[in-house]
Amino acid sequence: MQSLGRNRPLPANGVRRDPAPTRWQYRMQRLWLTPVFRVVFRLGLPLTVVALIATGVLYNDARRAAIVQSFADLRTKFEQRPEFRVSLLSVEGASRDLTDAVRAKLALKLPQSSFDLDMDALRARAEALDAVAKAELRVRSGGVLQVVLTERVPVAVWRGAAGLQLLDATGHRVAGLSARADRADLPLVAGDGVEAAMPEALAIFDAVQPISPRVRGLIRVGERRWDLILDRDQRVLLPSVNPVAAVQRMLALNAADKLLERDILSIDLRNQDRPAIRLAPFAMNEVRRAQGLAPTTESGL
Amino acid sequence: MTDLYQSQRAMRNMRRAAMQRGVVAILDVGTSKIACLVLRFDGFEPDRDADGVGPMAGQSSFRVIGAATTRSRGVRFGEIAVMNETERAIRTAVQAAQKMANVRVDHVIACFSGAEPRSYGLAGEWELQDSVVTEQDVARVLAACDVPDFGDGREVLHAQPVNFALDHRSGLGDPRGQIGNRLACDLHMLSVDASVVQNLLYCIKRCDLELAGIASSAYVSGISSLVEDEQELGAACIDMGGGATGISIFMKKHMIYADSVRMGGDHVTSDISKGLQVPLVVAERIKTKHGGVHATGMDDREMIEMGGDSGDWEKDRRQISRTELIGIMRPRVEEILEEVRSRLDVAGFDSLPSQQIVLTGGASQIPGLDGLASRILGQRVRMGRPLRVQGLPQAATGAAFSSAVGLCLFAAHPQDEWWDFDIPTERYPARSLKRAFRWFKDNW
Repeated sequence: MQSLGRNRPLPANGVRRDPAPTRWQYRMQRLWLTPVFRVVFRLGLPLTVVALIATGVLYNDARRAAIVQSFADLRTKFEQRPEFRVSLLSVEGASRDLTDAVRAKLALKLPQSSFDLDMDALRARAEALDAVAKAELRVRSGGVLQVVLTERVPVAVWRGAAGLQLLDATGHRVAGLSARADRADLPLVAGDGVEAAMPEALAIFDAVQPISPRVRGLIRVGERRWDLILDRDQRVLLPSVNPVAAVQRMLALNAADKLLERDILSIDLRNQDRPAIRLAPFAMNEVRRAQGLAPTTESGL
Repeated sequence: MTDLYQSQRAMRNMRRAAMQRGVVAILDVGTSKIACLVLRFDGFEPDRDADGVGPMAGQSSFRVIGAATTRSRGVRFGEIAVMNETERAIRTAVQAAQKMANVRVDHVIACFSGAEPRSYGLAGEWELQDSVVTEQDVARVLAACDVPDFGDGREVLHAQPVNFALDHRSGLGDPRGQIGNRLACDLHMLSVDASVVQNLLYCIKRCDLELAGIASSAYVSGISSLVEDEQELGAACIDMGGGATGISIFMKKHMIYADSVRMGGDHVTSDISKGLQVPLVVAERIKTKHGGVHATGMDDREMIEMGGDSGDWEKDRRQISRTELIGIMRPRVEEILEEVRSRLDVAGFDSLPSQQIVLTGGASQIPGLDGLASRILGQRVRMGRPLRVQGLPQAATGAAFSSAVGLCLFAAHPQDEWWDFDIPTERYPARSLKRAFRWFKDNW
């Protein structure tokens, strides 16, 4: 057969041989030029063969299990390479006691593959300690599991039903305390529901800074409002709303009239418009006598 | 006749399907070579309703993407003589063309030169019913043409309406919508030997191909080698092939006559072979290399080695002069041209306003043929080359490919034939659904 595309030299005898294709050759060529057939032959047939072989191989249960096993082995072998082994635990950013406590709490069996470490669970365990505010865990090069801790800072001592405890600024328990004198530098709070109102308490302590030597502590009353306790058993009843402003007004009264140095038992600031003072019995009698009245009988304390 | 009418209709539908698919093959079954071209249609067919002829008369819409030719076997006088040999040759050509085009071809449009074509001029008349020419009127006037008795075993290959006349106005191309009383038409019909067509059909079917059209090679080489004004003013195309010489006369862009002389280049070759006692292959080579029809003094001195490997030194070293070769070729070429002349005379070519003659086909490449032809056929003779079409290889642009190229143009832009028009309503089968539908369409 002879396409007209290019010029071929004529053979020596002058006759160009041009044999006819057989019927089957002709049909095969036409079949091969059919687009659908080409796609099926070039793509469909190899895919079918591969699928058949894969089916034949995977038909046997034991062989399938062996293939799965070999992949699992490969994975295990890879995970247990020394590059991924964690052999040291380093805890940073905390005091020695807390470090030891975290180590004990994590209770890691080292060495261990880093693929086996459940970092989220470990972090939750470290943060379960009251004294830990935040824990960051990372696997460093050299097979070290580094735990960076952020400690809770105690800001107040709480005298509650369970004894003395240290609280941080958010009201979260930090640690227990055996004696108040151990942390004499921290202010004292008492009563139920202290934890939730801790920021308010700190604001009040800030506000009473001018008379801080006289302050004994704050008592939470009815989980609603604060009482400020001064020495000489003086008690300042603060309102449940905006206690800091009330304290500031009381300090202003004190600065003007030396209110707190007088012989009074309590100052009631719960009603903003009408602060009330309760005098001690002796002072009350003196007042009555000065007014020419009979002293009260209830002075026999 | 109805049978072929139906099959021609089927072929037209097949051609439309092939155009939609975009690939169609052209098969020129000749006596000396079988050429196969693969055409790709880009989907652009000019709208037939648009004014005038589309851009480039549809020639811009296709591109030749595969071309192959093979030595013909089993074909004599442009007719299939040995079926399986021809089938093999067709297979060879089609396979090579497919390989070059790299697409599979299912539809083929074929042409052949033999089968004793005979031309008939038919005329029909029809009285219009409502003075406006409708498609039905065109169909009826075509049906009214009185078909001559062209003999048993012959079929209609082409039947083209060449002229319409409305009352006294003639030369109408498209009479639809015009107003008049009496519509007349002239139809040119070409009948060929039925068995030749059957053989060709069978061969193509054996090659797993569908025939989407069939044409006379005289007609299609006229399409490709006559330029437009020649087709308009009147010209004859002489397609000198290997086994047959086709004659087609064109006038007003329609073929009005076609004939075939059962002589061609192969007869010249066999004359040389007999006269010089050489094999046909050598004779063919000598003819193509040294052939001519005018001897001059120079040709006495030009000696041609004939060669051979008979073992006889004397026989193998023979030489002849070119004059002797011309002396063998010229009588046969003259005979062919004389025969063409007589056919043209019979057709009344003399009475055409323009008597241009165009020589084309493989055998027209003999040097000096135009001089000889102008002495026999008349002064206005020129050599024709087929039109240039897109993508045609250089090797297929010669005169030998004029019928293949013409068939490309025929495929891209066929002329309306009888079977492209509507069937007259009364010819429908009595209880046809189509008829009922048409009645509804006409009356509602």
